[in-house]
Amino acid sequence: MSNQIQTAELERLIKASIPDAEVSVRLFSGDDHFEMEVASASFAGLSKIAQHKKVYAALGHHMRETIHALALRTRIKT
Amino acid sequence: MSNDILKQIDKAVKEHDIILFMKGTPEFPQCGFSQRVAAILDSFGVRYVAVNVLLDPAVRQGIKDYSDWPTIPQLYIGGEFVGGCDIVSEMYESGELKTLLEPYLPADEA
Repeated sequence: MSNQIQTAELERLIKASIPDAEVSVRLFSGDDHFEMEVASASFAGLSKIAQHKKVYAALGHHMRETIHALALRTRIKT
Repeated sequence: MSNDILKQIDKAVKEHDIILFMKGTPEFPQCGFSQRVAAILDSFGVRYVAVNVLLDPAVRQGIKDYSDWPTIPQLYIGGEFVGGCDIVSEMYESGELKTLLEPYLPADEA
């Protein structure tokens, strides 16, 4: 698998482990710098760190290999 | 991951009120995200320790294991992990960071 990853694949990965997630993701520079917002009701009660960790867990090995930089914002979906 | 690197990191985190693990130094940051967090801290005029993780791959990986957080920079205040560039920026914008830094602000500002 090429080490490039498409934004659609990132969105699919997030929704696979956070089913109610609203995801918007854009490439903001090069082919491995991404900007992403994720909103989910499952973030309620979680610290910002825990919310971001949930997103990183969903991205799995991509966080270490294919994604060089990820500017991430999370929001609690009410 | 040898755990003496984790012990060294834990010691540094506990010893310093504010410690930033970053790429490069505040004067010569090697990454935009690290630069932004250093600049935010500088804007408060607080004294902090900056650790350039590029100098030692063991520290660069060790800090990620220590906090179970995959990226650099990482900011610690009062021995607690605060976040990376995203969260620190959000806290800066919401004023939450200033509250956290209150005890460490230079005398004339507090």
